[in-house]
Amino acid sequence: MEGNLVEIVSVFSAALAVSFGAIGPALGEGRAVAAAMDAIARQPEAAGTLSRTLFVGLAMIETMAIYTLVIALLVLFANPFV
Amino acid sequence: MQSPLEHVTLFHIGPVPIAEPVVVTWLIMAGLGAFAFLATRKLSILPSKTQTVLELFVTVLDDQIRDTMRRDPAPFRPLIGTLLLFVLIANWSSLIPGIEPPTAHIETDAALAVWVFVATIVFGISGRGLKGYLETFVEPSWVMMPLNLIEQITRTFSLIIRLFGNVMSGVFVVGIVLSLAGLFVPIPLMALELLTGAVQAYIFAILATVFIGAAAGESEEIPLTAKESD
Repeated sequence: MEGNLVEIVSVFSAALAVSFGAIGPALGEGRAVAAAMDAIARQPEAAGTLSRTLFVGLAMIETMAIYTLVIALLVLFANPFV
Repeated sequence: MQSPLEHVTLFHIGPVPIAEPVVVTWLIMAGLGAFAFLATRKLSILPSKTQTVLELFVTVLDDQIRDTMRRDPAPFRPLIGTLLLFVLIANWSSLIPGIEPPTAHIETDAALAVWVFVATIVFGISGRGLKGYLETFVEPSWVMMPLNLIEQITRTFSLIIRLFGNVMSGVFVVGIVLSLAGLFVPIPLMALELLTGAVQAYIFAILATVFIGAAAGESEEIPLTAKESD
């Protein structure tokens, strides 16, 4: 198998970026959902507001993972060094 | 696999190449415009079903803008409502076979975010006056001015990347699973994409509201709330 060194490093770094970029948002989302569950358990009548805020917050946190995905796709498909 | 940053050129008008997202965008614009024109042509005191749905939408939108901005929502309603509806329809247009959502291409998102950027400047100047708007850049002190200027750029950029990344990753994942697994397997992922599309449309509109509200500043008089009891 012939492979340009830059391409090999690009594929490897894309996988590395996504894997490490997924850890932080995963932990953050877990904490956010746990806190929201706690709040709903304490105050069930506020569940509507809480879950709406939770969804927005989750999408914000998820954006961090999406950024790394965009970086990975840039490295794979629009790499300036290949 | 096709790169998400490339386009399929459908046809040329003179020297200008017309790509697929442009056609889909104009179709959505035409559809929304025609629907809005036809639905609001004969409004009545006793509303029909369509008018009830529209009134409900406008009321909910007004409440959201009022809660976020603490201002009268009337000047902001057309822009925010159009952004919300357009991004929602664009995200959901992937349900039609063969159509890729235009928001899965970075240029569409860039255009939308640049409009939000322009709107913050316009509403900021009209809300505070030119001097008042420029003074917001040196708050809380002169030292913060570079950061305030950079923030204008970075938040516009993150608005672009957030919408682009979410929608594009959905299209991408569905494409990968389809090529690996076959016909009916990506359907749960597509259902998840519907949720993501709706949430991202809501977030785009809410963030635009927050940015414009922050630039325009709080109004002096307390706006009339629909629910005074709250």
